[in-house]
Amino acid sequence: MSSLLAPKIALARGVGALSRLGGGGATSVPGRVLLRLEPRALALLAERLPQGSVVISATNGKTTTAAMAASILTRAGVPLVHNRAGANMAGGIATTLIGAARPGGALAGELGLFEVDEFWLAQMVLQLQPRAVLLGNLFRDQLDRYGELEAIADRWAAVLADGGRRAELVLNADDPLVADLGRARERVLYFGVEDRALAMSGMAHAADAKHCRRCGAPYTFDVVLLGHLGHYRCAACGQERPRPSVYAREVSLDGVRGARFELCTPAGETPVALALPGLYNVYNALGATALALSLGVGLGEIAEGLQTAQAAFGRAERVALARADRGGGRGGGGGGGERELRILLVKNPAGANEVLRTLALEPGDHDLLVVLNDKVADGRDVSWIWDADFELLAPRVRRLTCAGTRAAELALRFKYAGVERERIALEGDLARALDLAAAGGAQDGGTPTPLYVLPTYTALLALRRLLVARGDTREQFS
Amino acid sequence: MSAGVLRVCALYPDLMNIYADRGNLMMLERRCGWRGIGFELAARGLGEALEPGAHDLFYLGGGQDRDQRACAEDLLATKRDALHEAAARGAIVLGICGGYQLLGRSYELSDGETIGGVELIDAHTVREPGPRLIGNVAIEVQLDGRGDSSSGSSGGGGGSGGADPDEDADARRRPVPQPPRILAGFENHGGRTHLGAGERALGRVVRGHGNDGRSGLEGARRGSVIGTYLHGPLLPKNSWFADWLIATALGIEPWELAPLEDALERRAHEAAIRAAGA
Repeated sequence: MSSLLAPKIALARGVGALSRLGGGGATSVPGRVLLRLEPRALALLAERLPQGSVVISATNGKTTTAAMAASILTRAGVPLVHNRAGANMAGGIATTLIGAARPGGALAGELGLFEVDEFWLAQMVLQLQPRAVLLGNLFRDQLDRYGELEAIADRWAAVLADGGRRAELVLNADDPLVADLGRARERVLYFGVEDRALAMSGMAHAADAKHCRRCGAPYTFDVVLLGHLGHYRCAACGQERPRPSVYAREVSLDGVRGARFELCTPAGETPVALALPGLYNVYNALGATALALSLGVGLGEIAEGLQTAQAAFGRAERVALARADRGGGRGGGGGGGERELRILLVKNPAGANEVLRTLALEPGDHDLLVVLNDKVADGRDVSWIWDADFELLAPRVRRLTCAGTRAAELALRFKYAGVERERIALEGDLARALDLAAAGGAQDGGTPTPLYVLPTYTALLALRRLLVARGDTREQFS
Repeated sequence: MSAGVLRVCALYPDLMNIYADRGNLMMLERRCGWRGIGFELAARGLGEALEPGAHDLFYLGGGQDRDQRACAEDLLATKRDALHEAAARGAIVLGICGGYQLLGRSYELSDGETIGGVELIDAHTVREPGPRLIGNVAIEVQLDGRGDSSSGSSGGGGGSGGADPDEDADARRRPVPQPPRILAGFENHGGRTHLGAGERALGRVVRGHGNDGRSGLEGARRGSVIGTYLHGPLLPKNSWFADWLIATALGIEPWELAPLEDALERRAHEAAIRAAGA
């Protein structure tokens, strides 16, 4: 079989190289070509992985969860085939496998670690036949592309009952839509947060899944932790949050700088200090932990892997902006040193709310650059900005620059959230917007405060290209 | 109708809110507040009765299929008559996306089941085979009759005669032909809505799909009852329409509202029109 596949892989690689020369993206082109030549390529390649595959899906946190799992598994000495650049549809995963294919048919890796787009989960599970499936959450995201949440949950349930029935499930107990997928199954590992001190006063406006998946009656939430994640039960039919065997206690959130918690597992307990911020990253860490446990990794390696996990591309990533970049508009500051960018991807209300909640923990007033694009990968529908709770941050905005293809509606959103009009600048062009936003920044003549950059997905890619071109950062992925 | 206070009733705000419908309520609230007009927001959920005279504007947004079904049953059981009474009195009933579908006679789902509507509009919706109708959309609307839009401070298109505040009230209330204006937004619906023979569309599709992807018609309007597929935060993209709703619900003309500083609102409107390719 490999003798038939090998020339196709070679051809796909060649096309990918040509595409790169032509300026095209290299993260999915070779894979798409290969799948055209050999529709079963994913299955054929994946079965060569000696330890099989695991897949991770969610609307929010896939890339970071996979990065944490990779950090743990690498520390545990497992060679990975991992789509770390986040290309998470069939073409991207096939490209990752092509990159690992060696002459003679072997793969340079033992275990496949794949984050999978929520819409592609069914096909990927059928082809990859993963030994474990980690499902993190389902929040409203890009409804123009994906349809409604309950429809996605239904599709997930169908694939898990069909091609995925042999996989071990790793599920978020705190998300009713996700936890329900494990009700009638064996070999389910649940993770969750057991810290009532983090409870929010009520459910976010944009919360989903308020109603029982089984009978439709409203859930009673004991504790709401994040969006619609929390401790819930259905008063009508008695369905309730499963008790997680992997959980966090005594969570302490340290603004954009990190989070600490006590990690409790069947294998014991250990304190963890994450370099990644926010309760959402605690959830990501719990998912990665449960997945690693299901693969037989020890708790010590898990804790070390989590603590050394770095921010994925644009997820609370730090970039020091060279002084040269701050030329044009400089003068407001006077403070020395470089200005630090803190880049926090926002793409849907639940994710944006967690970013806003995290920023609100940082003292002082903030300079923000928010970039809203409406390209296909962002979701063409920008309605979601009206579901995100920008009100959380409005009183703390010192200066706001709005950019991107839908900058005007974004600026309007902040105006209606209560940010004074004089504090809002509108600049559609990203390069000029960055200069404008980065100028100044020192309060009281001290060290410049960070500039918080909140881009949507394609805006993040554009920002990355801009920063690379200016020499502020290296290309992270080749 | 209590002059000086806009009394809004959001129907099922916890269920029918999938496309960020609260952006619309936020627009109404702020734009009243900046003008010194009072704003009262009530919410009525499953099983709760409506007082037809207690509100000037009823808002019904979009929801997931399961929630929309529950709300449809509840509308018929507990709110239908009150909504008819309120509409007859001149209160605005604004249905958006799923809410629009429920204002009609019925909604036939793909499994053959039919959901009954409140029949404020002569329309029926069918979930036909074929793709969902998704994308940016721009429609041309002509809001003649009471509460007609004229040369307001926001949006494009200048007004013309009939907007002179010195004319007497009767003349002002008389329908005057007005230049058409653009509503821009985003649509995402599986159902195709067909209007009855005598029913008027809200507007003509300039770019996008509209009611059924074929007729070139979008939405429906019967008196103060308005339905549209331009979903979620429609009013942030069309502040002139927010003002039209406020004025009409209060029984005054849009030009009687104090002008606001609307530079960002205008740019958001223009960007939404551009996104639709109009």
